[in-house]
Amino acid sequence: MEIKSEISASFNLDLNTDPKEQNNTSKSALLVMGCPQVPLQTTAVLYIAARLKRAGINTVIAGTPSARLLIKYADFEGHYIDEIKDLDLTIEAIVDKGERYPLCFVFIHNDAGVSYAATMDSIMESAIYPVIFGSNAEDVSAQITFECEKITAIAAHNPKPLINAINGVMEWDA
Amino acid sequence: MGCLDKLPYEVLLRHSSFSECRDYLKKNYNEIYTVAPGYKIFDVHIIGVPPVTVALDDNIVIFPFTKPCHGTFLVRVESEEEAQRLRKGSKKI
Repeated sequence: MEIKSEISASFNLDLNTDPKEQNNTSKSALLVMGCPQVPLQTTAVLYIAARLKRAGINTVIAGTPSARLLIKYADFEGHYIDEIKDLDLTIEAIVDKGERYPLCFVFIHNDAGVSYAATMDSIMESAIYPVIFGSNAEDVSAQITFECEKITAIAAHNPKPLINAINGVMEWDA
Repeated sequence: MGCLDKLPYEVLLRHSSFSECRDYLKKNYNEIYTVAPGYKIFDVHIIGVPPVTVALDDNIVIFPFTKPCHGTFLVRVESEEEAQRLRKGSKKI
């Protein structure tokens, strides 16, 4: 299922209508950040968050302390990110308290990221979108075997290849 | 269920991949169980690609511990409580 119809179904959204006219403020997407070692991750997270916000979807970040600080100060006034959460506590809330996000983007550039994506797919009945980047993106992408639509680009410093890959999937608010 | 940081643990593999840890367990231990990703052991939710493998050596639990920036560690901790919980509630392979 393409992302437009999947998001529309998940959130009961009319994506052709101005998000401001829609009453969906309780609906959130989870963006799971990996190690912030690769420079373009923060850019990609904020770009996807901005696109989600334009579609009227709340955005929640889960990440390591450094990843959270990068987002906190990159989006200092909270234009794109609604909540920033600890990654371990977010997983605990999903597993132990049944917290759910209809849509989940997992940012991946290493083996650990693959493990986090598989875990998110296993613990949540959500649409999972792995966003894979870095110099080994294709090899890393090949390790993801659960059913999902991957967003993959070989990119580390220049974000444009990954932005193009994101644009190829997220078409609804363009 | 205790806190992992407060228990004496040994790291068998560090900065490795999830599959390397799985292969190590299968090669070096006889009592192997599978658990779902998110399975809570001590105060840690296991992160991994299913099927997640965990090994027991008597009352010693050997399991993968993944951190985003450091990869997967294979950790060895003695806990009769966790060993019994695994034996009772998990699938043995």
